[in-house]
Amino acid sequence: MDSTIEIMMILLLLSDMALLGLSRLRTCISIVSFQGMLLGLLALVTQLGSLTPRLIMIAAASFIIKGFVFPILLRRGIREAGTQHEIEPFVGYITSVIAGLAMLGVSLWLGTKLPLFAAGSGTSLIVPAALTTLFTGLFLIIARKNALNQCLGYIIMENGIYTFGIVSVVEIPLLVELGILLDVFVAVFVMGIAIYHINREFDHLDSDRLNVLKG
Amino acid sequence: MSLVLIALAIIIIGGLLALAVCKNGSLSTLLGAASTVVGCIIALIPVLQTIYYGDTTIIRLAWNMPYGSFFLKLDPLSAFFLLPIFVLSGLAAIYGREYMMAYRDKKWLGLSWFFFNLLLVSMAFVCLAHNTVLFLISWEVMALSSFFLVAFEYEKEAVRKASWIYMVASYLGTAFLLPMFLIFGSEAGSLDFDGFVQGLSSGEANICFILALVGFGTKAGIMPFHVWLPVAHPAAPSPVSAIMSGVMIKTGIYGLVRTLTFLGMPPLWWGYLLLAIGIISGVLGVLFALAQHDLKRLLAYHSVENIGIILIGLGVGMIGWSSGMPIVAALGFAGALLHVINHALFKGLLFLGAGSVFHGAHNLELDHLGGLIKKMPSTGLFFLIGSVAISGLPPLNGFVSEFVIYIASFSGAMSLNPSSSLSMIGAIAGLALIGGLAAACFTKAFGIVFLGEPRSKDAENARESSPWMTLPMMILAVACIFIGLLGAAVIQVIPPVIGVVLGNPYTGEIRIASNYLFSVTAGSAVFIIFLMAISGLRSFLLSRRSVGSSGTWDCGYAAPDARMQYTASSFAQPIIDLFQFFLRTKKNITMPDSYFLGAARFETHTTDIGRKGIYNPIFKAIGSFFGRMKVVQEGRIHIYVLYVVVTLLILLFWNMR
Amino acid sequence: MQITSFINIILGLLLAPLLLGIINKTKASFAGRTGQPLLQAYYDIIKQLQKGAVYSKTTSWIFRAGPVVGLSAVLVALAIVPVGGIAAPLAFSGDLLLLAYLLGVMRFFTVLAALDTGSSFEGMGASREVLFSAIAEPAFLIGLAAIARETGIMSLSHMLPAAHFFSPEVVLVVASLLVVFLCENARIPFDDPNTHLELTMIHEVMVLDHSGPDFAFILYSSALKLWVLGLVIVGLIFPSPAGSFWPAPVSTAICGLILLAIIVGIIESLMARLRLLRIPQLLVAAGSLSAFAFILILR
Repeated sequence: MDSTIEIMMILLLLSDMALLGLSRLRTCISIVSFQGMLLGLLALVTQLGSLTPRLIMIAAASFIIKGFVFPILLRRGIREAGTQHEIEPFVGYITSVIAGLAMLGVSLWLGTKLPLFAAGSGTSLIVPAALTTLFTGLFLIIARKNALNQCLGYIIMENGIYTFGIVSVVEIPLLVELGILLDVFVAVFVMGIAIYHINREFDHLDSDRLNVLKG
Repeated sequence: MSLVLIALAIIIIGGLLALAVCKNGSLSTLLGAASTVVGCIIALIPVLQTIYYGDTTIIRLAWNMPYGSFFLKLDPLSAFFLLPIFVLSGLAAIYGREYMMAYRDKKWLGLSWFFFNLLLVSMAFVCLAHNTVLFLISWEVMALSSFFLVAFEYEKEAVRKASWIYMVASYLGTAFLLPMFLIFGSEAGSLDFDGFVQGLSSGEANICFILALVGFGTKAGIMPFHVWLPVAHPAAPSPVSAIMSGVMIKTGIYGLVRTLTFLGMPPLWWGYLLLAIGIISGVLGVLFALAQHDLKRLLAYHSVENIGIILIGLGVGMIGWSSGMPIVAALGFAGALLHVINHALFKGLLFLGAGSVFHGAHNLELDHLGGLIKKMPSTGLFFLIGSVAISGLPPLNGFVSEFVIYIASFSGAMSLNPSSSLSMIGAIAGLALIGGLAAACFTKAFGIVFLGEPRSKDAENARESSPWMTLPMMILAVACIFIGLLGAAVIQVIPPVIGVVLGNPYTGEIRIASNYLFSVTAGSAVFIIFLMAISGLRSFLLSRRSVGSSGTWDCGYAAPDARMQYTASSFAQPIIDLFQFFLRTKKNITMPDSYFLGAARFETHTTDIGRKGIYNPIFKAIGSFFGRMKVVQEGRIHIYVLYVVVTLLILLFWNMR
Repeated sequence: MQITSFINIILGLLLAPLLLGIINKTKASFAGRTGQPLLQAYYDIIKQLQKGAVYSKTTSWIFRAGPVVGLSAVLVALAIVPVGGIAAPLAFSGDLLLLAYLLGVMRFFTVLAALDTGSSFEGMGASREVLFSAIAEPAFLIGLAAIARETGIMSLSHMLPAAHFFSPEVVLVVASLLVVFLCENARIPFDDPNTHLELTMIHEVMVLDHSGPDFAFILYSSALKLWVLGLVIVGLIFPSPAGSFWPAPVSTAICGLILLAIIVGIIESLMARLRLLRIPQLLVAAGSLSAFAFILILR
């Protein structure tokens, strides 16, 4: 089981790297949906011995919302906004990938410094993977101009937090977890609407050009 | 030891004689060159003995300076750095005999030969001095004499500017060395190096290390203190560039390594710092080299790159030293030191080759040259050998030292704790990238200059230089091949040298590396056998067939022209675009504005990142500060007297307190 | 050093061009064609060996030396990689560096030979080749450093059999090396060996002007390069039963190479060539996969 978790964590990390290095929005959305499904399964795999209804609910919610609902919403956003081609980022793709490696290194180091969830965590890769995912999300929010990409960043960040939650499923109350999920859900929803309107008003999605609104 | 002094005396007397007859170009050249060659040959005997037997000789005389004595020490470390100095200087003198003759009617060559010999002697004294005052005097004489050599063609505006930049950078570097030696001296109570041994607190040691890194690093040309290097080296005459790039900047490395012997066991972060600077210098050095259009400037940037490789070796060695990994420590230092010698050989060779190109074609613009290998076959062959060597490819000497540094890094990556081994991955990735880019840069340099068709009249009318110039290049090329093939034997001289630094010769570890290198030699030998066999097979196959000649395949275009060849700029363009973040190359394009042929221009210019990003702002700030300070300079004497009085009064009150 | 390791070299010399045939056959069957004969590469080499040569008037001896140096370098490289866990004749700690740098020598002289023709097309190919290989080099060496860390061995002959393929780290390294393999051997998605336009080629355009025995040497050395780098990957994937009788591990390795060739054929059939700007990205991604594997091994 440990090795299964390990492989899942590696897949999670690889998907982070891919998100940093890839330029096509559609591919990125597919990867994020893959991440969501992966994390849904992860919740089940970690607690295979003691499945509780609560756990199954979290897993199912994550699996469905992140694996299907968000991608559908985002794809609709793309379709309506008509921006499916890549958009020049603030930070280049190669630099992003290298930054991702640096974030992984930092996370590994933090993981050894933060033995928070030592008990029952199964493998030591979970905390670094969670942190890296969190950082990746933040990085994408900062480093990409496109509003949709920033939206993706929020979801990825939530994935990181969720992974943390999995490790400490005993410690974090269900409500917190659901609250976060809801936050992101609303965020995606609002962003979806906002993107639609930004696009209608300005014919583009470059969020850094929103500063013209200052007047 | 006394032989070294005799040799240095011969060199300096030769220099003075040349100065005395400075108006007679041929005579002073003869005197200067001959004394240098004789002196170098004599000096090599004790140097080689010291390296071979690993012994130490000293000369210690009383003198008038306080806190110390006239103290010279020839230990394996000094001898190791003296070896390339004497070899390369001797060869450069032979080469210079012919090269400088071209200026016979325009310049007082005796003056240049005097400074040339003085530079050589001062470099030798830098490596021998074991007393702070003596060291700093030699250090300054070295800087001054090379300044006058850089300013050889002082009538050109660019050369004057280059030599001033060099001068200022040298003094800035020395400004960091003085406080360092003061800390050492005040702690030891003496300015002799022997007293300096390892009595510093860790805070003082850190300060001294940083000061040494900046001070010596400026001379060595590490990023970002390298700004003078790509300006000054191309400005000097080629034999001088060869000496400056091949051995003079190594005195900076020598100073750094010598300082390490005073500081004792380093903390881990020193190694990380050296490694990081090494990787940055190496990668950026080669990138900027790729962006250059001038052959000598390109070579100068490669000196920055190779200093980077040396620092990577030193950094890896120091990380191994601090972590108690003898094999990493020994091989890191061994690789770095071997690279000092190797770089002296191939960089000397390349600069002499560039000089020969300039001598023959009167042009160093890459994009104006081409096809020179047909006009200058020997220069071409030797330049090719230098190019393969500097790219770190087997079976030449560049590969040997890089291989040793790689082995140190791999050993570290395999066995150190996680954070240190991650830094080793940095070293491996850095070396690999540097190697790949250096190969790119030298395929460009050699390919554009020597291959294809001539791109200008200059290149068309080029002619081969005389044997006076090709012979030294041949000797250096042979040395490159020799060390490349006998790396296993050459590395055996290292143990006493690293014994001086690490306190332990690590003979066992070096022998392991020697065994690996023996296998490399075996591989190289097989390679050469295959080379001969296959070329034999090729000529056998072709001997009975028709061998025709025709134009290059031009994809159907009917009138190919030499101007249609790929240029150096276009060859480097994809790489430069990829690394635009660092290079910030400025492009100036004028496109033809109609469908038919019209005027078009394309121009690129790459400004040095250190100069633009660091030095210019700092100097501008200092300049504006002093501009505002101009108010105090009234220019009337009584005001100055007032200043003096006020100062005295303040001092008086300060003491009365 | 055993006699079997020499037999392995001879096997390499004999079978290397076959891989090219297998790749082309796979591509042909994907496209629904009959395709060239399996042994086409042999026919090409033999035919070229029997011909005379034509040289451009621009070229010098460098142009003639290029193919010879390339073939010699790759022949030495052949003596460095193990076949199916049987140590190569030239096995020593650090041999992986000699391998990488011998391929560097080969590239250096191929590029010089291309520049010697003075053709702008060949210069273009040369310029791309040096860039891509410079970025591929770190990926290759870091990947092998990761394996060295995992096994504690610095020699290809001993570390490849000692690595366990079924650990995620080694899978990552294999993925990274596969990218390097495709790049170094000028396969799709990096370079299209069968394109009809000189402007878009990388490796093939550099050898446009070679003819006769020289061209035969070039064809043969690229086949050998495919074989050598393929063996590194196959050595990582297929476990070699220790102490087993000679034919078993060697035939496993050769089957592995054939499989690799088929995979390359499939990749070439399914993928298009990447845009030139994208290629460095893919190579950096491969490098970070290697670095990632190394970080995982460090834990």
